Amino acid sequence: MKKNIILYSALLVFGLVAPFLFPAFKLQISFMWILVILALTWDVQGGQMGYNSFGNILFFGIGMYICAGVQIGMFFPLAEWTSSGGEKTFIHTPPQYFQGFFIGLILAGIVPAVVAATIGYGILGLRGHYFAICTLGLGIAAGEIAGGIELIGAGQGMTTPPWPKGIGDTELRSEFFYYLCFVLMVATFVFLRWAYQTRFGLVLNAIRDNEDKAEAMGIHTMRYKIIGWVVSAFFVGIAGGLMGNMVGYIEPTEIAFAGATYGVFMVLMAILGGKGTLWGPVIGAIIFHIFKEGFWIFFLGWQYVALGALIVIIVVFFPEGIMGWLREKYPEKFGEIIDEADRKAQVELK
Amino acid sequence: MDLLIFQAPILMVQALMDGILLGILFALIAYGMALQWGVMNIINIAQGELVILGGYIAYTMYLMGIHPAFGVIVSPIIMFFIGWILYKLVICRVVDRDLFISILATFGISILTQQLMNFIFGADVVVAQSNFGTTMLFDGSVTLPNSKIFSAFVSIIFAIGLVMYMKKSKLGRAIRATAQNARAAKILGVDTEKVYAATFGINAALCGVAGALISITFTLHPYVGLPYTVRSFMIVIIAGLGNLPGVALSGMGLGVFEEFADYILGTEFRIGSVFLLLVLILVYRRFKLSRKREYLK
Amino acid sequence: MSILEVNQVYKYFGGVKANEDISLTVEQGSIVGLIGPNGSGKTTLFNSIVGTHPIDKGSIKFDGREVSELPVPIVAKLGLLRTFQQTRIYGKLNCIENMLISNKSQEKGLLSVFSKIPPELTDKAETLLKFVGLYQKRKLRAGDLSFGQQKLLELAMALMNEPKMLLLDEPTAGINPTLINGIIDRLIKINKEFGITLLVIEHNMRVIMQLAQKIFCLAHGQMLAEGSPEQIKNDKRVIDAYLGAQ
Repeated sequence: MKKNIILYSALLVFGLVAPFLFPAFKLQISFMWILVILALTWDVQGGQMGYNSFGNILFFGIGMYICAGVQIGMFFPLAEWTSSGGEKTFIHTPPQYFQGFFIGLILAGIVPAVVAATIGYGILGLRGHYFAICTLGLGIAAGEIAGGIELIGAGQGMTTPPWPKGIGDTELRSEFFYYLCFVLMVATFVFLRWAYQTRFGLVLNAIRDNEDKAEAMGIHTMRYKIIGWVVSAFFVGIAGGLMGNMVGYIEPTEIAFAGATYGVFMVLMAILGGKGTLWGPVIGAIIFHIFKEGFWIFFLGWQYVALGALIVIIVVFFPEGIMGWLREKYPEKFGEIIDEADRKAQVELK
Repeated sequence: MDLLIFQAPILMVQALMDGILLGILFALIAYGMALQWGVMNIINIAQGELVILGGYIAYTMYLMGIHPAFGVIVSPIIMFFIGWILYKLVICRVVDRDLFISILATFGISILTQQLMNFIFGADVVVAQSNFGTTMLFDGSVTLPNSKIFSAFVSIIFAIGLVMYMKKSKLGRAIRATAQNARAAKILGVDTEKVYAATFGINAALCGVAGALISITFTLHPYVGLPYTVRSFMIVIIAGLGNLPGVALSGMGLGVFEEFADYILGTEFRIGSVFLLLVLILVYRRFKLSRKREYLK
Repeated sequence: MSILEVNQVYKYFGGVKANEDISLTVEQGSIVGLIGPNGSGKTTLFNSIVGTHPIDKGSIKFDGREVSELPVPIVAKLGLLRTFQQTRIYGKLNCIENMLISNKSQEKGLLSVFSKIPPELTDKAETLLKFVGLYQKRKLRAGDLSFGQQKLLELAMALMNEPKMLLLDEPTAGINPTLINGIIDRLIKINKEFGITLLVIEHNMRVIMQLAQKIFCLAHGQMLAEGSPEQIKNDKRVIDAYLGAQ
């Protein structure tokens, strides 16, 4: 136990001071925390529950659009913002900016959660590859459809409100977003850590290992499936709201619902780190981020080719991930022991 | 929503015929996917990318001055080998693992292929000009580019050819045996590895034919592969794995649906409506089965 | 008092008549055997009883209640559980977790989803694991256990759920013959001490003759014979069915 507290504190402290240790990489590390959230929330379905979703990106995109829509729509007509290159004609005052932003973030969590609860009953009734491909369809359909709606900028997307003038400089902006991302990541991690220790965690695992058996034993699997999706949608939606504001603009198919990229990345990160574990997605996200940045630097021009190859390599040769590999090597560290000392505890049958 | 199509019925005929011709092409790609799914239990997410790759082969021939219609001969040959190599490099390692791994692996291949094509051929939308002319029906109110008619014919010929090959040839019988019971086939002397590689290769070749046809009938772009994958997946799950006439009919049905959606909802929602249709079909299926206390396997 | 009443049940799969006009009753607190050659419809009958699929005709009453229209989770909640020929356990969870999740769920509200696992539950799980002899292996992943051990785990998991009646599908199939006596003893104990009614599909005649107070024999989807173990042992029709004579 003591070891854990030291570890957690060290990481917490590191996370808090990182913007000052590595000032040039503030935004980079913020993106990394977002990736961690993407991986952690994907793992609730993919790793813990065995429902491999390609559509969690849907909630990310909805969160992004809702947040921006609220931020803008609270004070200005949205349609005019998107059609006229809004930030030039409509300026947020600092109070407006922050009010809009925080209300936007709250809704960015709630709306996707509601969507998850609504469509969950239909979609989570599908199993295996049908679920996977259905969610793939969802994610991409959302991107395509968003690309056709004029109100939110159609194919060109829309810009999010820029940082208000007079409130510090770009460094302050970066620090502001950094801490928001970090706090959200910690909140997600802490919540999931707690949730996995309750009945919720057990049921999710039971569904993964043998859903028919869980149902046969009287468990309301649908209830847990939907709640799991709602939880993921909530956190990933807020992450979307943050991301949209950090980047400064929202493009439907590249940023918001980037089905074939970020939608797959979240799967990959969790697998790389070890799906179904708490730390796996975190480690996987961090390593993936480093790889990705490395590819962009060293393989510029064909970085996506390298990324595609990486996906294939990980999936084919390393599907159990880092945590999985560790578990195979050191099962005792994970508590998988035969209790020799309790041999006397055997109940004798007469 | 643009309801013009219902006000001018001749447009419905246009949409219908476009849809049927398009759908036959979809059915060809779906047949390849069904083949692979049935024999090796692999859902190939990269199906669409293989199609586009086949298309780029024909396009390259066009750039070299050869008429792209010859692509329907050359492309499948090259694609067969590409499929074979892909099998030996990647697919053989995921064949006996769970289906999700194969989905992810083929997804990885699809991204890899997309990016390679982007790298090699650039991101412009291109077409291989066939100069086949147009057929006019109904006093010119319905126009059918002859390339589309050519596509439909070639698709049908290849489909029939493949069915006969599967029925008559030694390899075809080996493939069908492996599909029914791989272990038994192995015991009886069938080289299942070769069968799997050949099946993947045949699928790739089918995609090559389809791609070549698409290069002259529609447009090529490195990132338009996924919709083709989704279409074939939809057709396969509607028709069922062994049901060839079902595949043809569902393909044509889907083609017609798309054309109508194009008119009514607009081209920018065309692809979105295809994906949405997939979601609706799956959810509908799930509720129908749950009444019998079953679920889609 | 009969706890299970199966009345003229029919189940078809396409053209195949898996169950035709099957009627049987099981008295509360008894151990009843269900035997018959392969393909006679025993597992199909189990599936019908617990609600895995709907039946085409007939009625199934458990504890006085009609259950043929109910889905599996509801039937399980009423206290009717079954085990499987090919063990069904949660492979990646350890034995204790397998047990904890099998407890009778008292899911009251939405928030009970996040309820903590009470320590008494772990005690109960450990006691039951000791009962089936898996206590030492309790921290191992269920998927890493041997087939026989998984069968014992599945039995323990069923007990954790405190059922009123348990349908056991070939509980001794695939078990090392030297361990079979242990299983028979435990089943008798479950019945006598925990008061659980048992309906057991078995191919091992020695086992079922020792266990059951009454036996039903199926063949070709129909009820062939019923009676005490002695009667069934000497029933010519049963012998013929197993030896394949027409």
